[in-house]
Parts: sequence; C-alpha cells; structure tokens
Amino acid sequence: MKNVKNVISVLVNDQSGVLSRISGLFSRRGFNIDSITVGPAEEVGLSRMTIVVRGDEPTVEQVMKQLHKLIDVIKVINITHEPNVTRELALIKVMVTANTRPEVLNLIEPFRASVVDVSRNSLIVQVVGDESKITAMLELLRPYGIKEVARTGVVSLLRGTTTKDS
Amino acid sequence: MSASGAKTEKEKINGAQMVIECLKQEGVDLVFGYPGGAIMKVYDALYDSGLKHILARHEQGAIHAADGYARATGKVGVCIATSGPGATNLVTGIATAYMDSVPLVCITGQVGTDLLGTDAFQEADITGITMPITKHNYLVKHIKEIPRVMKEAFHIARTGRPGPVLIDFCKDVGVQLAEFSYPDSVYIRSYNPTYAPNKGQIKKLAKVIKEAKKPLIMTGGGMIRSNASNELYKVAKTANIPVVSTFNGLGAFPGSDELHLGMLGMHGTIAANWAVNECDLLLNFGARFDDRVTGKLDEFAKHAKIVHVDIDPAEIGKNISAHIPIVGDLKNVLEALIEHVEPLDIEEWRTQVKFWKSEYPLTYLKGDGKLRPQFVIDTICQKTDSKAIIATDVGQHQMWTSQYYTFNEANQFFSSGGLGTMGYGLPAAIGAQLGRPERQTICISGDGSVQMNIQELATISEHQIPLKLAILNNGALGMVRQWQEMFFQKRYSQTIFKGHPDFVKLAEAYSIKAFRATTPEEAEQIIDEALAFEGPCVLEFVVEQSENVFPFIPPGAPVENMMRGDE
Repeated sequence: MKNVKNVISVLVNDQSGVLSRISGLFSRRGFNIDSITVGPAEEVGLSRMTIVVRGDEPTVEQVMKQLHKLIDVIKVINITHEPNVTRELALIKVMVTANTRPEVLNLIEPFRASVVDVSRNSLIVQVVGDESKITAMLELLRPYGIKEVARTGVVSLLRGTTTKDS
Repeated sequence: MSASGAKTEKEKINGAQMVIECLKQEGVDLVFGYPGGAIMKVYDALYDSGLKHILARHEQGAIHAADGYARATGKVGVCIATSGPGATNLVTGIATAYMDSVPLVCITGQVGTDLLGTDAFQEADITGITMPITKHNYLVKHIKEIPRVMKEAFHIARTGRPGPVLIDFCKDVGVQLAEFSYPDSVYIRSYNPTYAPNKGQIKKLAKVIKEAKKPLIMTGGGMIRSNASNELYKVAKTANIPVVSTFNGLGAFPGSDELHLGMLGMHGTIAANWAVNECDLLLNFGARFDDRVTGKLDEFAKHAKIVHVDIDPAEIGKNISAHIPIVGDLKNVLEALIEHVEPLDIEEWRTQVKFWKSEYPLTYLKGDGKLRPQFVIDTICQKTDSKAIIATDVGQHQMWTSQYYTFNEANQFFSSGGLGTMGYGLPAAIGAQLGRPERQTICISGDGSVQMNIQELATISEHQIPLKLAILNNGALGMVRQWQEMFFQKRYSQTIFKGHPDFVKLAEAYSIKAFRATTPEEAEQIIDEALAFEGPCVLEFVVEQSENVFPFIPPGAPVENMMRGDE
C-alpha cells in the first residue's frame, strides 16, 4: 500500500489565497502532489479542488486532516476507493507531414480524441480521459514529434447521487 | 468610500476607530504594540480610547508579551504592529504562539489598497508570510469587512485548538467611513471544533484503564489550554495512576504530588522515562508526541496501548498511532471519564514507580562552594514556596527550570516549548506580570537568551513592572556548548561569549535595581533581597560554565541510551 495515488476532492471557499493556503500546506509538510485542479463548484462562492496525492494510508489520512484544519476548507473527501468518474483533458501539439497526417488521424480515432487545430506541419489533438488513456495517447503520438503538451490535471466526482460527507 | 451626506456622517466612524471598537467589544483591555506609518491611524484612534497600550521596544517584544499575557490570563492576547518590518518582526512571536497553541490576535497595518503588490515602501505580504504559522489570517481591503473579520478572528483564536490569527489592514481602510455594528455571533461554515467526545470511545477508554496493570497518564499543553487540571486530578487520584508531564504540560498536575514522576523526554526524569518505557497503557492527554518527548519513535512506549486525546484531530496519528483515538476537549473528556473511574489494583506498579522516583532523583553537586545554576533555581523555588509565575527563555536554564522548579498549578510556567524561541522569556514575563499583577513573576534566563530581547528592560522600567529577572550567566550559549562537548569533540564553535555587557550596570542604565552573586551564599542573599524589593530588579548569577543538563536522552535515541550524568 506504499505510495498509492489517492484522489481527494476538496470543497473550499472561493477566496483569494485559498489555493496558496492549500498548496503551501502540501509543500511545507512534505506531501507529494501529482496534480491539483480548481474551479468554481455548484454553489456560488465555493470552489472544488481535485488533488491527486501519493502516499501510504497514514500519510493520506494526515493530508486530509491537515486540509480539514484550514478554515477555508469546507469538505474533504477521499474518493479513491469509491465509485468515481475521473477525467483529465490534454492538448497535444504533434508534428505532421502530408504523409503522416492521415496516419495520425487514424491513430487518434479509437481514443475518441479530436483535432482542434490544423496547420501545415502540426495538429493539436484534444483528448479526454483517465490518466492511463492520456499516457497511452502521448506514447502513440511521441514518434511523430510532440511539440507541446498542456494537461489540466484530473477532476473527479463520485458516481451516482451520493456526495458523501467528511 | 467617503462620507457623502453631512446628515449621516455623524453616525459613521472610520476604520481605525472601528478596529478599536471591536477590541472593546471583545473585552480587550490591554494591548501590546509598536506604532508605524501604516498603522498610525489605528494608533490615533487608540490615543483617547481608554484602551491600555504597552509600548514595547521591538515588535518581537510586543508579541511575546501578548503571548505571556494570553497564557497567564487565558484571554486572547492582542498585538499591534505596522506594515513591512513591523509585521515581519512579529513572525517569530506568531510561530512561537502557533507551536504552543496560544490564542493571539495580531493586527498589522498594510500599505494602501492602490499600492498593494507594487513593492511599495514598507510593504510585505504578511498574510502570505504567516500562512503556515497562523491558525488563520485575513487581509482587509474594505471597512465593511472589519466587524465580521474581527469577530471571526477572536473566535478562531480562542476556540478549538487555540492559536494566533493575523489581521492585516490596508492603510486606506483606516480612513474609510461606515456605520458600526458588531455581530453577536459567528458562523463559519467550515469551522466546527469537536468539544464533546464520542461516548463509545469514552467507554472503551474506561475499559482499558480498568484492565491495565501499568497505566500511566501523560499530560500535555492541551491540558492547560482546556483548563482541565481539577478533572485530571480527580481521575488520577481516584484510580491511583502515576502522571508524567511534557514540558508544556508542567503544572497541569501538581508537581509535588506523590503520583507525579516529573517531566518525560529528552531531559526528563529517570522515573518518568522508565515509566513510559514500561507502562502497558499510556494515556496521552493533550500532548502531540513531539520528538523531544518520544525520542526514537518505534521504541517509544513500546509495551503500551496508546490512548490519545486531543481537540485537534490532525494530531492523532501524526507521529504515533493511537489504539484509542479521542477527539474532544479534555475537560469534557475527563468529566465523562470520571464517572467510570474506580481505584485500580496496581500496587506492584505503584511500588515500582515509587522506587524509581526515590532511587533516581534529580541531583547536582553541592557543598563545594561553587555556584551552580541548578542551585539557583532550587533556591528560587524554595524561597518562593513554588508559588511564583515563572517565564523562561530557551536553553540549559530552561531545562533546569523545568527540572528544579516545582510547578503545582496550570498557567504558572511560560516558556517557548514548541518553537524554542530565545528572547521569549523577558517580554513574556512582562505580559504575565501585567496579566496577573497579584502574583510574583520571575523570568529565568540565560546570558545568551536574555540578550535577544534585552531592550524590553526599558518597557519594564517605564511601567515599573515588578518582575524579577534572574540571569544565569555561564558566559556561553550553554545548550549548544553542551552538545558540542558531547557530540562535536568539544569544538566550541561560536558558543563561548566574549564582550558581554556588565548586566548589573546595564540594568542600572535602565534605572532598574540589580544584584550580582558569584557564590551560593551570595545567591541566597540576593534572592532574598530581590523578593523583598517591591519594584523590578535584575539578578545576575555568575555560574559554572561546565554544568550540563542531565538526564539526557540523545536526539532520536531510545530511552536505554539515557545519560544520567553520574556515571
């Protein structure tokens, strides 16, 4: 159970400095963040953060307790072991030639990825999915020459109508 | 926002006045601070407000004094400083209060909102800087936020696990005008400390106590913050359970009681440390398993079931996992526990700890005419009948004080336990003496520590604060010197002082009476004289430089590696 990836969903007050309070907590206590995303939540004035953190069980428990101590944090849920939907979006700028362009288009089709920008020598591919899907997509495109990648980091919600209190 | 109509202007007050009004509404009667550009408006409002203000000589002195005042009175300490350097000078004091869970509200000035983020004169991002060392902090950019923020700040500082809260006011907020009304109550959706313990856990706790053959209570600073000494006394005395204290827990249980085995940890007593090592049930009441207490983690209390009670859930399982975790206020927990507690049949264990206690008392060399620091503290303890309020700085003198002064009450001993802040003692003693004027207050310091905030002698002189400052002068940075002797082959790198001031003359320069002793006889005599004198005074004790603090469990070592000093 060492260094398992945990997905923590955190509901916070939408106030300036909140992201810094949270990221500061991680760095000063030596917790490892894989990714952190934030955006407005369902209620005005609140934001939802999805934090992917690596660690064993006691570490992740400590992460959650420390998060909960922050006055601006309303709810902390570990959704790793609950049925959840976890997605990430990546934009991948890949080099193409007249010859390889159809090949790349074929390649991305099974991934339900789409092309969102086309130029003479490159394409921007947009892919949405869990981390392994995005990694697979990147590996397939790498031989063609990846120029730039932008990834959002994961966002996650519990499945069904439950919202699980913490 | 400027006052628009002359008609309504009368009912409006400015932001600075509002800050002072809020302090009054919170029942604050004494504040500590230091004025400056960005906070001048608040100082102007303070001028004829009736609020008492103690002007320190350095912002760090002001905040440690507020800390000492808070610890001595149980109220929230208030400290005011200006922007930039004023605010950053508070940082050490804020971190000190944060580590020891002391309720403080720090009010700082900030540059005007139009200048925020421009590296303006005396601008520092103090909310950013203090994020990791405050329980919470605020940047106030509009007058309408003031009442809510002040109300929340005091609420957060004093409830749950207490701690420092900082409020940074942009300069222009001080001149904005608005009508004032102070909220009656606080609602912070995300902040609901747990006071009442889980009943099932209390039953479990009662059960393990009943089953224990070698139970031991460990009291921490949380015991003092929750004011639960009476309840602890009942539980321990009814069940006959021996008690050990952490440094911050000293005084929560009477030090002179036969059940008390003294302090545990790095410089704890042999009895306390053996008891922890041998116990089969360790009841941790409000301590956080600091590394100075536990030493080597996986060797700590290795035969014991661990019960951990704390109001802060994040402390439970942080360093040592608990078999029975209980989140709640100790007063409530112990009240609930009392109903289930009966006398335990643990005579064998009682005999064992009594033996350790009588066989291995704390000792130092006496009778050779040399003045030893332990003797000084021992004598101060005797001559004050263990009843003085004691503040210390950090180092050897601090550990000797914890060993040789007997603390029988909570809130009798003030020291920077968590952060270990040199320079804490003198200003903290000022705050403590002002908070409890009826009690004799003594600051015990070292020649190194005292020089870190010695400018506060001026504050003492100005207000004739009748505290006694005892300086144990060994001409060295004693604790570091001790470590260098033991672990660095006596390479005394930068720990032997040269160029000391004459402390007696220095005190006299501040118009403070001063004494010096170099022998045990002189020491006794000047302690008598100082205690009989009504005003402030400074006592310098020129003590043996080579004295070390024992017992000593080297950092990260198990209890078996304890050095007793008499080998």
